[in-house]
Amino acid sequence: MTAIVDYGVGNLFSLSSSLRFLGVETEVVREAEALRRAERIILPGVGAFGDARAKLDETGLVPVLLEEAERKPLLGICLGMQLLFERSFEYGEHPGLGLVPGEVASLGEDLTDKTLKVPHMGWNSLEIVKDDPLFRYFRDGEYVYYVHSFYARNCRESTLGTSRYGDLAVTGAVRRGNVWGTQFHPEKSGDAGLRLLRAFAEL
Amino acid sequence: MLAKRIIPCLDVRDGRVVKGTNFRGLRDMADPVELARFYNASGADELVFYDITASAEGRGLFTDILRRVASEIFIPLTVGGGIRSLEDFDRVLKCGADKVSVNSGAIADPSVIAAAAKRYGDQCVVLSMDVKRVEGRFRLFAKGGREDTGIDAMEWAVRGAGDGAGEIVLNSIDTDGVKNGFDLEMLDALAARVHVPIVASGGAGNMEHFAELFTHPGVDAGLAASIFHSKQVDIRELKDDLRGRGVEMRI
Repeated sequence: MTAIVDYGVGNLFSLSSSLRFLGVETEVVREAEALRRAERIILPGVGAFGDARAKLDETGLVPVLLEEAERKPLLGICLGMQLLFERSFEYGEHPGLGLVPGEVASLGEDLTDKTLKVPHMGWNSLEIVKDDPLFRYFRDGEYVYYVHSFYARNCRESTLGTSRYGDLAVTGAVRRGNVWGTQFHPEKSGDAGLRLLRAFAEL
Repeated sequence: MLAKRIIPCLDVRDGRVVKGTNFRGLRDMADPVELARFYNASGADELVFYDITASAEGRGLFTDILRRVASEIFIPLTVGGGIRSLEDFDRVLKCGADKVSVNSGAIADPSVIAAAAKRYGDQCVVLSMDVKRVEGRFRLFAKGGREDTGIDAMEWAVRGAGDGAGEIVLNSIDTDGVKNGFDLEMLDALAARVHVPIVASGGAGNMEHFAELFTHPGVDAGLAASIFHSKQVDIRELKDDLRGRGVEMRI
């Protein structure tokens, strides 16, 4: 069973539908017991980092997540990926889960070309920088769907793929041990995204 | 690099897709779920569903259709028509919408933009505007383009983006349904005022019009309905053509 962590942040309809579409047994969960029982875990999320972190803390699931990430695949999506890092500078400074080294910073501040729009919204091609089982059914350069104003940086060792936006190589996918993350939304990235989720479901 | 987006728009009434000329004389065209499948397979980058009669007649949204589409099509879905309150946002988001487009509802109560952006994030809130030239000015219209609000459209856009609208759909009533090309002058005026993604709507008649549209760097996406529904323009061919001209496209 694949557990989708429900901590009151974001829309889980598409994510659970896409997994169901792939024939993956899925549960939207709020209980520690379900996380322990799961074969793999997905941490979704949209919105602001600080708020999401607070809500995740409220569920009391953080210690279980950290524990389970040692022994089963965990995938953070969008803000869920950002939460995996050590800290974020979105409206102040907030601690992340510290599962992946690196930090989350403002895209707008780091882009040299100020005519580029923020959020970085739409389809961008993902250049694979490190091969990984997550890309088992994914081709280098395929387009994936992004919507975000903050991005992960100083995480080169964990970076699996990036997308070019102006002069920035935006962190698109990361991995450290059992922990994967995608800044883009695989559940909104058409066929390419479904293939990526399928690969995760087979890990 | 970020690709330009091609977005078919499904105007839905009574569970069917319709498309009129200058918002009048609606013609029945197809089943929305069937059409959504077809567009997904032909490479559409996003789908927009508008309940076009909701504003005027207070109809509820077609949440069943939306749920069916969202269960099998995994590209971004935007829903609009009759969105007035956070409850309306909530209802369509729960059925699988990713973005919610607000038009007349924001004119009636502008605070809905900020409230929705705060609860769901800027990326979720699309400000859709029907705009027409009146006495040499760009004027905002309400109720599906039937009512002149007297509001300056560009001021309205600036305010909306400031309140947290993460994207603006600009529909030119002057070019809508006429198929002579997008309203580039109006789009440029908007791009000069706001920094959020801009979706151009109204006027697409052929592939050339899209090529022309994307020479304007402030425009992020082109939206059209009838030329896609009637298969006058095939999305896959269009995207191949645009890519051939050097426009970044997701193929």
